[in-house]
Amino acid sequence: MNQFACCLTIIVMLPALTPTALADEPDARLTIRNHSFEPNELHVPAGRKIRLLVTNLDASAEEFDSHELNREKVIPGGGSASLYIGPLAPGRYPFIGEFHESSARGIVVAE
Amino acid sequence: MMLGATIIVFREVLEAALIIGIAAAAARGSRGRGRWLAGGAIIGLLAATIVAALAGELTNLAGGNGQELLNAAILAVAVLMLAWHNIWMSRHARQLARDTRRLGEAVAEGHRDLSALATVVALAVMREGSETVLFLYGLLAGGDGTTAPVATGATLGLALGALVGIGLYAGLLRIPPRLFFSATSGLILLLAAAMASQCARILIQADWLPSLASPLWDTSRLLADDSALGRLLHALVGYDASPAGMQVIFYSTALVAIAAGMRLARVPARNT
Repeated sequence: MNQFACCLTIIVMLPALTPTALADEPDARLTIRNHSFEPNELHVPAGRKIRLLVTNLDASAEEFDSHELNREKVIPGGGSASLYIGPLAPGRYPFIGEFHESSARGIVVAE
Repeated sequence: MMLGATIIVFREVLEAALIIGIAAAAARGSRGRGRWLAGGAIIGLLAATIVAALAGELTNLAGGNGQELLNAAILAVAVLMLAWHNIWMSRHARQLARDTRRLGEAVAEGHRDLSALATVVALAVMREGSETVLFLYGLLAGGDGTTAPVATGATLGLALGALVGIGLYAGLLRIPPRLFFSATSGLILLLAAAMASQCARILIQADWLPSLASPLWDTSRLLADDSALGRLLHALVGYDASPAGMQVIFYSTALVAIAAGMRLARVPARNT
């Protein structure tokens, strides 16, 4: 079991070893309201890593999901969560809220 | 509503079902296999419910990256368990089949191997299950779905997912004995590499690892991640249409390291 404990320790220590950007302002924001994204078209600069803050105003959880961005993260109901995307090549990257795919749709435009 | 629940539950269940199918095949012949693996699945389900209930708190841990921390840890432990299983099997498969005098020892060792596979099953169910629980809870609590169609849809999704897992298991059992060990350990090797790549993706998402190249290549025109085949290959061999450079490094490192471990552990045929 030692190697597992060791591995877990390394993973737990990782955030302590790298500078966190917690206090910084996010580079982009998305809001989920009534199972849809606001804005549904998000413009971000290309070629840069972006910290994206997603706030969920609905009571139920949503899963931010994008194959194009290669990202997937649960946003708890009434909560918010941030994730990093990019650096992106200029282009259009659709994303969805997987739990409400019919209404929760949007696109990241990197330019 | 019902169809939506079916599709989402199926997607979430699929990956866990494939892992259970492979684990069940790999544990063929071990005593107490059913109890160990079913126990793993039940513990995973309980853990999934707890994780879902604490989703809000979890997200706020580790500077807002509690989810990533948990999922990366789950995947890392699963990779180590699969690696251990494969390396142990390389060493003992031939001996176990032949040396009945050391049966007692073999049973004890076999239980240790079953516990590794059961852990992998529990972790897979926990990871995929917590999202399913969150989704279903949202549907039911949000008042935008009545219980009966959601329950029907979810059950259908679960049944379809289980069917794919059983299909894989049944298919693996049809492999001739001579090739069976190579087939299951090969699948487990790829599964471990796939999980290592997913682990890297999650650590990049939390900005704990650089992506190195995002993406290194893009084959989404050839085979999209969200196509049926793309999803299947994603779960089984870690297919990713647009992987980050770091994912490719994790994938190949796991692949090479475990394969090397298996080779080194192999006992020469006459040396028992």
